Amino acid sequence: MINLARQGIRRGLVLLMVVVGLGFAGVASAVFVEEQLDDPALEMRARDIAEGIRCLVCQNQSIMESNADLARDLRLLVRERVATGDTDDEVRAYLVQRFGDWILLNPPFKARTLILWLSPFLLLLFGSLFVVRFLRRKSEGAATLPLTDVEEAELHKIMATDKNKSEAL
Amino acid sequence: MKLSFFAPVLTFAVIAGVMFYALFFLDPTLIPSEFVDRKVPEFSALEPVPGYGPDLSSENLSDGKVVLFNVFASWCVACLIEHPVFMKLKAEGNVEIFGLNYKDTPEAAAKWLAKNGNPYTRTGMDPKGRLGIEFGVYGVPETFIIGPDGTILDKIIGAVTANDLKTRILPRIAGNKK
Repeated sequence: MINLARQGIRRGLVLLMVVVGLGFAGVASAVFVEEQLDDPALEMRARDIAEGIRCLVCQNQSIMESNADLARDLRLLVRERVATGDTDDEVRAYLVQRFGDWILLNPPFKARTLILWLSPFLLLLFGSLFVVRFLRRKSEGAATLPLTDVEEAELHKIMATDKNKSEAL
Repeated sequence: MKLSFFAPVLTFAVIAGVMFYALFFLDPTLIPSEFVDRKVPEFSALEPVPGYGPDLSSENLSDGKVVLFNVFASWCVACLIEHPVFMKLKAEGNVEIFGLNYKDTPEAAAKWLAKNGNPYTRTGMDPKGRLGIEFGVYGVPETFIIGPDGTILDKIIGAVTANDLKTRILPRIAGNKK
């Protein structure tokens, strides 16, 4: 009975932690909203775009997550452009034209970023080639080397004792 | 066989080398400017800081000579560091310097210029930083070096150092002399 009660309490605590945690997650993403567009669909789009825009003065935070002045200005700017009817790509292009590709948290795929995008796949390819070669050489090496005389004698000894043991059982 | 022993060591050395370089020789706060080799963004007459010169528009920045376009603010500490450089350039008289007063109040800006001296031929106020965004400004001070036809030749981020002056500004304004 005590065990059951204890289990119940523990389960309750875990549930509480999850709920509180989720609550905080909701709060965290809604901290820096100083104004909203009237149309919820447009507001959603503006936030989506803002989440992919780097805050230039805080390194690797999006302007949605940053309380920097410049981030606020850019959030307002994104809302403004969305409200005037720019597409998502047009808003991004507007910012890239002024601040460069660096402002996008997701770097675009082009000649200058080829190494960035392809190097993980190249590393995976070379890595797996190396592993295959390494394993193959290892197993071949083990198969072709004959036992030395000492090893042979040892092996016989082990097999003999094994046989005795199983007979004794 | 001996060579393959060195492969991991070599790999590590290369990675360590790249990271060493990135750690000590690259500055992550410097973002390459998109504006070098581009024309200055168009903007119409900005209100000057009260008492400091006629208003400022993009035409003033492309008037046939190399000019400097400096983004400053009274709240900006690094601006105080570079200010003597501009005062000296002003005294020598080889280059016109235009000042963009960024996210400041007219009173504070006027007081700051009265106290520290005015190196600017014209000033313009950008109280909300909107023109700053057009110029890709993300911190103060920034200094644009603009060619005779309004093409941006270079952008100095942060306070202009003696080295910036020697290697980036002086060679470009040498042609202004008559």
